[in-house]
Amino acid sequence: LSHGAGGKATQTLIQAVFLDAFRNPLLEPLDDGARLSIDGASLAFTTDSYVVSPLFFPGGDIGDLAVNGTVNDLAVSGAEPLHLSAGFILEEGFPVADLKRIVASMRVAAEVAGVQIVTGDTKVVQRGKADGCYINTAGVGAIRRPLGGEVRPGDAILVSGPIGEHGVTVMLARGELDIESDVTSDTAPLNGLVATLMDACGEGVRRMRDATRGGVATILNEVAADAGVAVVVEEDAFPVRPDVRGACELLGIDPLYVACEGRMVAIVSGDVADEALAALRSHPLGAGAALVGRIKDDPPGLVLLKTAFGGTRIVDLLVGDPLPRIC
Amino acid sequence: MRVRTEVRVEGTVQGVGFRPFVHGLATGLGLAGLVGNDAAGVFIEVEGDAGTVERFLRGLREPPPLAVIERISTRSLAPHGHGGFSIVGSEASGRRRTLVSADSATCADCLRELRDPADRRFGYPFVNCTNCGPRFTIVTDVPYDRPNTTMAGFAMCADCAAEYRDPADRRFHAQPVCCPACGPHVTLRDPDGRALPGEPMAAARALLRDGGVLALKGLGGYHLAATAADGSAVAALRSRKHREDKPFAVMTADVRSARSLGEVGPAEEALLTSVRRPIVLLRRLADAPLAAAVAPGNRSIGVMLPYTPLHHLLAGEPLVLTSGNVSDEPIAYRDEDAFAALREIADAFLTHDRPIHVRTDDSVTRVFRGREMPLRRSRGYVPGPVPLPAGGPPVLACGAELKNTFCLAKDGRAFVSHHIGDLENYETLRAYREGIEHFGRLFDITPSLIAHDLHPEYLSTKYALEQDLPLVGVQHHHAHIASCMADNERTEPVIGVAFDGTGYGTDGTLWGGEFLVADLTGFERAGHLRPVPLPGGTMAIREPWRMAAAHGVPADLDVARRNAARWDTVVAMGDRGVGSPLTSSMGRLFDAVAALLGVRDRVTYEGQAAIELEQRADPRVGDAYPVRLDDGSPFTVSGADLVAAVVADLRAGVDVPSIAARFHNAVAGLVVAGALRVRETTGLTTVALSGGVFQNLLLLERAVAGLEAGGFGVLVHHRVPPGDGGISLGQAAVAAARPHG
Ligand SMILES: [Fe+3]
Ligand SMILES: [Mg+2]
Ligand SMILES: [Zn+2]
Ligand SMILES: [Zn+2]
Repeated sequence: LSHGAGGKATQTLIQAVFLDAFRNPLLEPLDDGARLSIDGASLAFTTDSYVVSPLFFPGGDIGDLAVNGTVNDLAVSGAEPLHLSAGFILEEGFPVADLKRIVASMRVAAEVAGVQIVTGDTKVVQRGKADGCYINTAGVGAIRRPLGGEVRPGDAILVSGPIGEHGVTVMLARGELDIESDVTSDTAPLNGLVATLMDACGEGVRRMRDATRGGVATILNEVAADAGVAVVVEEDAFPVRPDVRGACELLGIDPLYVACEGRMVAIVSGDVADEALAALRSHPLGAGAALVGRIKDDPPGLVLLKTAFGGTRIVDLLVGDPLPRIC
Repeated sequence: MRVRTEVRVEGTVQGVGFRPFVHGLATGLGLAGLVGNDAAGVFIEVEGDAGTVERFLRGLREPPPLAVIERISTRSLAPHGHGGFSIVGSEASGRRRTLVSADSATCADCLRELRDPADRRFGYPFVNCTNCGPRFTIVTDVPYDRPNTTMAGFAMCADCAAEYRDPADRRFHAQPVCCPACGPHVTLRDPDGRALPGEPMAAARALLRDGGVLALKGLGGYHLAATAADGSAVAALRSRKHREDKPFAVMTADVRSARSLGEVGPAEEALLTSVRRPIVLLRRLADAPLAAAVAPGNRSIGVMLPYTPLHHLLAGEPLVLTSGNVSDEPIAYRDEDAFAALREIADAFLTHDRPIHVRTDDSVTRVFRGREMPLRRSRGYVPGPVPLPAGGPPVLACGAELKNTFCLAKDGRAFVSHHIGDLENYETLRAYREGIEHFGRLFDITPSLIAHDLHPEYLSTKYALEQDLPLVGVQHHHAHIASCMADNERTEPVIGVAFDGTGYGTDGTLWGGEFLVADLTGFERAGHLRPVPLPGGTMAIREPWRMAAAHGVPADLDVARRNAARWDTVVAMGDRGVGSPLTSSMGRLFDAVAALLGVRDRVTYEGQAAIELEQRADPRVGDAYPVRLDDGSPFTVSGADLVAAVVADLRAGVDVPSIAARFHNAVAGLVVAGALRVRETTGLTTVALSGGVFQNLLLLERAVAGLEAGGFGVLVHHRVPPGDGGISLGQAAVAAARPHG
């Protein structure tokens, strides 16, 4: 298995193994969360596991990542996050002080997001069978208002802030390279920002996604494929902090593919684009929001990037680790 | 004895004056019968004395200039006894096996009419006949008839129709035939599309004379032109096009004028004046009257002669003629796209109302040891087929990622496409998808097998995987070698030396300095450069200085000082494997040396550092750095050792041209040493040289000389490029040769 990068390989794995085994109407859409209707109540239910190296990095740690990640999966599905579970897999000998630190940041993150951690589990495995600490969180949220239906041509594409900060922070925090940088992780709960956007635009909001593994490029490809539309974005329109850009250039990676943990992509109806942008910018987590492109009808299923020189590059879903294609 | 014989002729026999030729031949011999086109080619029935029919069949072997006969078959019929010889109408039914011919330069007869004030086509930029003119670029479908071309919208006038119907006329059934009364017209327009006053050709010439940049609609797309001796015009063209360094080609009026720019030997002259009219790379003369910005830092100059009446009417002083695009975009060929893309570049547009159906770039070629070696095979060459061993299923070969061509092959013929370009560009990908369908229709090929590169991220690979057909993955460097074998019509095993930038290896690393034992069905990796990190992946290709760091250049050298801010980090990335895939690439070794010698730290086009390193090398220097093959199987060679030898010379104060030459000689020596090693174990004595690195003439010349001195037979490319433009042919050859069931 080499299925970690969040691109096409992961998708293939999911389709080939899990969907086949578990197939049911709720799983079928393969969204980040399932939408349930229980005794008349509409609920969203999601789970996610967190493995990150290092466990502590500028701007956060695996604890707030695990809370914010599940909060965000619920929030972008249009639900109000309510209750979380937390499961820990710890390597034998893992320092208790570190565990306390992680749990403390989970508590703070839950408070900030306004959710409660209501159940949990802990397993300890032999030394070498795990890398320190893994966390699984699951969450339920209440769906109180619907999203505005299918993504369609003419819709506007927004990102809620500068991209790539979490991924670059973690890469630099591994300490393999001696790079001075002020970049910190963008990990944050998006439920407040989502509520602000939905308050302003109601059903003008078609779809939201948090841009985690595989970055904004992967999210945009999913939007294009799911809705059978073209996603056309402007290279110059994406907000990227200069130090993130610099680190990406050095490492030879495209910020569009770098993970975020507190940024979302929102597709909104074209006629509320301005209101949506203003609403995002009115919230502290959306101060750097930008309109980056539009949904078009042709070519369906593709993400196109308009370059500074007026060219049109295909932003494809990566199959694995990016390898140069230049001969 | 009176006989009647049915003759079927297959090959490139439609739209090339074949039926009038047959008509003339038969009536000259007093034979009766008929001739016609169908989807399979030309069918003939001739009746008369047996000996005369025999003479007719012999006469068929000397067809008109653009015809290419691939097969003639005959069958006896019962004589009718009727006299007369007629030309019968085309039949659209049946299988399409006839070959659309390539676009062809204006013939001498048409040129005479163009310049004759008494001729009704005097000065008409679309004069053509069965012996010349547009073909591939205007054909929309088969059979090749006017309604299936972009001339469909132009109804012939009575005069043209008479010529078209007259078997004795040079324009008999010339599908694009036209004249000022009925055909397309040029207009000169401003960037907003408004027609400018005056006679368009004269006004366009004046604009060029005055230092302007002209966009003009050629055969396969829009070009940009400027007066080549005018430094400010050429500089303006460069900056507006965002093309920093890549050399421009120059169009001269005739061979005599080409000789004022570069050395034209007999082989170069033959290529320059051929009906294909490629850009021919010439060794540039020191006093060539060219602005410095035409081809900065280059010892060669690309020259071509006019190939359409429009170009003839424009030609005078040498003109820079470069593709009408911005930066790396594909060349514009639709009018509205051209105006949108080029409005900030061109001062005026010389355009016309005959649509271009297939975008086709100019071909680029050169002479190596008296024979042609193409660098880009496109206009004038395509869609001429390359022979393959017969048998095997119909194949689609998807090609590589950059400089892509695809190839459709069937019945021993490989139709290698025109230069498609870099697939990550959406316009290019669209042309790729449409081109594959168009070729399939034109040549009646429905593939049952798809060959593709192993690189998972190539868009050509992804295209292959989307098709619902059996797949053959062909390793990139095996495809290079198979391409060289097919190019030379060889099938027996060879020692393949494939040197290029990077290609996906069977072990998931990037290869590029490879010795293979290969035939068309498979290969073994016999030796390679020792893998080094590629720090930052694609960035290491854009920034050759990173390859100097990856090859262990000490930090006190100039290349490290120039890049001090990031040097240590890049070294650490390589050491710790952060963002650093491994590669055995020869191209990257050239990059390392180019950066080390201060030739270039960053490139603006593919292969630039290596190309400039070649230009700097002193060809009089014959000695070389030593190369050592280890005893492994596959054997490996340390590029870092060569870099260390360069460092030692640099510290000793040896001049750059000598170091560059010693390095080239060492790589040539490596080719020979590797081949000798493989010969020891396999007994093979033929070496195939392929991959983009062998576009380096200094290296190629020395490698071939060394191999021949060592008793090897050497195969190099003559029909398709050694670079990735040749990959699709190799893939097709491999797929067609694989056992299948
Ligand atoms: Fe290659
Ligand atoms: Mg998630
Ligand atoms: Zn002619
Ligand atoms: Zn006419």
